[in-house]
Amino acid sequence: MQDFFIPSSLIIQEKCCLNDFEALHTQLIAGETSCEKITQAYLRRIEQKKNLHAFLHVFADEAAERARTVDRKLADGTAGPLAGMVIAVKDVICMKGHPVTCGSRMLENFISPYDATVIQRLDAADAVVIGKTNMDEFAMGSSTENSAFGVTLNPMDESRVPGGSSGGSAVAVAASMATTALGSDTGGSIRQPAALCGVVGLKPTYGRVSRYGLVAFASSFDQIGSFGSTVRDVAYVLQTIAGHDPCDSTSADLSVPDYLKALTGDVKGLRVGIPTEYFTSALEAEISGPIMQKVDLLKRHGASIKEISLPHSEYTIATYYILSTAEASSNLARYDGARYGRRAPGVKDLLEMYTQSRSEGFGNEVKRRIMLGTYVLSAGYYEAYYRKGQKVRRLIKQDFDRAFQEVDCLITPTSPTSAFKIG
Amino acid sequence: MSVTVKDVEHVAKLARLEFSETEKEVLTHELNEILGYIEKLNELDTTNVEPLSHVIELSNVVRDDVVRQSASAEEMLQNAPDRTEKFFRVPKVIGER
Repeated sequence: MQDFFIPSSLIIQEKCCLNDFEALHTQLIAGETSCEKITQAYLRRIEQKKNLHAFLHVFADEAAERARTVDRKLADGTAGPLAGMVIAVKDVICMKGHPVTCGSRMLENFISPYDATVIQRLDAADAVVIGKTNMDEFAMGSSTENSAFGVTLNPMDESRVPGGSSGGSAVAVAASMATTALGSDTGGSIRQPAALCGVVGLKPTYGRVSRYGLVAFASSFDQIGSFGSTVRDVAYVLQTIAGHDPCDSTSADLSVPDYLKALTGDVKGLRVGIPTEYFTSALEAEISGPIMQKVDLLKRHGASIKEISLPHSEYTIATYYILSTAEASSNLARYDGARYGRRAPGVKDLLEMYTQSRSEGFGNEVKRRIMLGTYVLSAGYYEAYYRKGQKVRRLIKQDFDRAFQEVDCLITPTSPTSAFKIG
Repeated sequence: MSVTVKDVEHVAKLARLEFSETEKEVLTHELNEILGYIEKLNELDTTNVEPLSHVIELSNVVRDDVVRQSASAEEMLQNAPDRTEKFFRVPKVIGER
């Protein structure tokens, strides 16, 4: 795989080049590097690490062109706060004139007619989008094995999955192919791959970030968030993408705090909750051990630790199955072969067009979830399943409401195991 | 409550999906398994619990009724699988059957 010769001096230079955002930005302001150099270094890295299959589309020329524009703005003193940040975007977020496949044959040839709000905001802040990353089809999965375009490998151990559904974005950051990355999280799709790849991942609170231009899976759960190699980098991205958007009526009309200022490192007096239900004997020691070490660290720095209970924890997965698949079956009804997406060839009437196009375009996991979702919403079962799920959802929320009266935050494992083998 | 192959066929029709006989068997088994797990929720008494559809409880969000720029018909037709002039073309809707 040695396609081109890389002098060792360049590798060292690239190591310092492919740094966290704050370090890059400092170098950039000091004139030690340029946005174009940073972008080119990432592009080389993507080429070197092609076998990981983190990206579905790489915008090499366009990213370089954008980087030169950012360099001109830096020279003028008009560059935005994210100048020097090179970001990878999960292929479920729309970028005008670019594909958005959602990891599905259904949208293989679809070109976004508009930019998602998060993309507009990143552009305005002068981040450079380098490409779109692989994912489980329509964000349904936790291994990125459900992509119609092939699996993504975990850079720590290539025989293992990177997690999912935002596996490509997690790998892009873990293998230094981008400074940060955007993902989407419905039921763990940022947090879990971040954990499995050893990077920082954040699902912001629902409503914090506009979903305009995010292809919908389960609308009342979906949220765009980011990956980074440091908490501060993730905060930089959140600072840029957070806030109300008239194009998404579910985005919260609340002011956005200064996240970076809030990262003081001071935890004195912080009330940290440990939900006992999350630390059962089933949890592997390699997961619980390091968490408890961090809990001790927080304690030593003056945080108060309190065991709390979230009694409905054991019902969350069942509730999630019902509600997320119900919403998905409704959201994915739009793929009918009429206006965009795959249309099966040679169909003779409308019904056949719907059925054939959908049956060919969707993969097995997506079909399974549409079937479950349709079932729980169907006449005769709606009350028993969907309504029941919505009621238990309230009980689960009340658990958290009660917990947050006693503590400021909770510490939980993200995944009960580390990265599992592919297959 | 147990799902049969007939139920799977009915739901597939509602979802506009088609499956082979083998796939139907597999789906019947899988749906029964998942629904069996979901039955767990019946351990909870939810008689007086209001359903929650959204974690941030929103009432209607309205905006002023003003004209805004939106995408052109031509842009919206760019992804059409089939088209004619300014329209999406689909197979015959009213047929002989």
